[in-house]
Amino acid sequence: MKERTFTKRLSAALVPAVPYLWLGVFFLVPFLIVLKISLSDTAIAQPPYKPVFEWSDIAAFFSALDLENFELLVEDDLYFRATLSSVRIAALSTVLLLLVGFPIAYGMARAPERHRSLLVALVILPFWTSFLIRIYAWIAILKPEGLLTQGLMSLGAISEPIEILNTEWAVYIGIVYAYLPFMVLPLYATLEKMDDTLLEAALDLGSTPWRSFWTITVPLAMPGIIAGSLLCFIPAVGEFVIPDLLGGSETLMIGRQLWSEFFSNRDWPLASAVAILLLIVLVAPIVIYRDVEARRVETRP
Amino acid sequence: MNRRLSLFNVTSLVLGFAFLYLPILLLVVYSFNGSRLVTVWGGFSTQWYAALFRNQALMEAAWVTLRIAFLSAGMATVLGTLAALALTRYGRFPGRTLFTGMVYAPMVMPEVITGLSLLLFFVAVDLDRGFWTITLAHTTLTMCFVTVVVQSRLMTFDRSLEEAAMDLGAPPLRTFFAVTLPLIAPSIVAGFLLAFTLSLDDLVIASFNTGPGATTLPIKIYSQVRLGLSPEINAASTILIGLVTLGVISATLISKRSVLRSRRNV
Repeated sequence: MKERTFTKRLSAALVPAVPYLWLGVFFLVPFLIVLKISLSDTAIAQPPYKPVFEWSDIAAFFSALDLENFELLVEDDLYFRATLSSVRIAALSTVLLLLVGFPIAYGMARAPERHRSLLVALVILPFWTSFLIRIYAWIAILKPEGLLTQGLMSLGAISEPIEILNTEWAVYIGIVYAYLPFMVLPLYATLEKMDDTLLEAALDLGSTPWRSFWTITVPLAMPGIIAGSLLCFIPAVGEFVIPDLLGGSETLMIGRQLWSEFFSNRDWPLASAVAILLLIVLVAPIVIYRDVEARRVETRP
Repeated sequence: MNRRLSLFNVTSLVLGFAFLYLPILLLVVYSFNGSRLVTVWGGFSTQWYAALFRNQALMEAAWVTLRIAFLSAGMATVLGTLAALALTRYGRFPGRTLFTGMVYAPMVMPEVITGLSLLLFFVAVDLDRGFWTITLAHTTLTMCFVTVVVQSRLMTFDRSLEEAAMDLGAPPLRTFFAVTLPLIAPSIVAGFLLAFTLSLDDLVIASFNTGPGATTLPIKIYSQVRLGLSPEINAASTILIGLVTLGVISATLISKRSVLRSRRNV
């Protein structure tokens, strides 16, 4: 009998232990390794860095640590500019996403109930199709002699091809397009639960629709606005595919910088240092997102 | 409560869905283009589909991708379900804060960071890069999505059913398999499908962790796209879009039917 409770306990403990260990090994440990390698020297070897860490020799470990890569990050203002421009592009994209996503989510929440699940499915469906393919589709549209130019020319709206591809504008379009479901769904989730009688009461009391929108709808939708914005902003800062395929060589973004340090320059320590830099920028938003998300899931009825 | 759609609501819905679907529609239409130029219409033709199936490298990449997606989604489903159970049924166990952090962070973490850190890990433990490193990397990323999907189902279902089974003397493991598992099965299937598509779709993490002989479809497509647009890629994309659409529609129908059936039984 005693043995049975022991095995029972053991099997009960396995439920949290297995995924915990998995994430520890494949998520947490890799981060520590990135940190370690960002502090080591480049070497022309395979793998192309000099190890600084020997478990046996703690003193040598500390003497071999060097901040050279980070000094380079500070000295060469390329990385600083890339970080700033990533944050700027991601922030502006998030605002654009809110502007585009809110009316859609609002319309969905006000649609008759029997149509709503279909509308939700229609928002999710593009998300299930390949991200890469959806970005690829925009190249043909935004090209100088592409479909957008052809369409606008045949309407007589423009007479010269417009240059959008390989500019920052193409990146904004790409991010808004690819991330739209991530913005619409949390917004819809909060708007759908909203009590319409509040709006009616405000209107009865003489409030203008515009004013009741700002004093009632927006504050009530705040959890959705915050969740959606973080869900879009954080990955957008480190985005690689969109600026690479749509942004041309002019668009500076940190995720792309990391990619080229790694794949083109084969400077693994510098790429790791760039990853740490990106992580420092994102650590606060990620922590806030985790709290918002954990609270949202756990307080659900 | 009578909710009315205003003109503004209808316009924003129509424009919003046009924005979401027009690019995909154009991509599909131009896969049937007779001309080699992707943006000039040259009559209807299916030649690019034929060319696609003759493209040995692309077919091989598709096969590798499917195998990785299947394996990693399977492992992610098991791990993610366990993690969801841990988060909903174990209360405050030691290290819970770190655990929730590790579950939520990978979902928003820029892929370049996840990809790079996993690669450096695999190099540090001396694992040859290729099929298995991509599979392990995808499992780690996608299990977090499975966790969230299953967790939200575990949060909403009626605990009294489990309690009833236990009161009638069923041991916990038996209760889990006889009561809990069937109830959360739809969310587990949804989690698996989500993990499968995410793995199918991933370019960045796969690029960091790939090795000889393990070129996935997104890596292949990406390298072709960088060289320029090709109608063959349009054809490949159309097939993928078609498969996904079919899958999503049938999954919706199945879950609707099971909802109807369970309602009838109650």
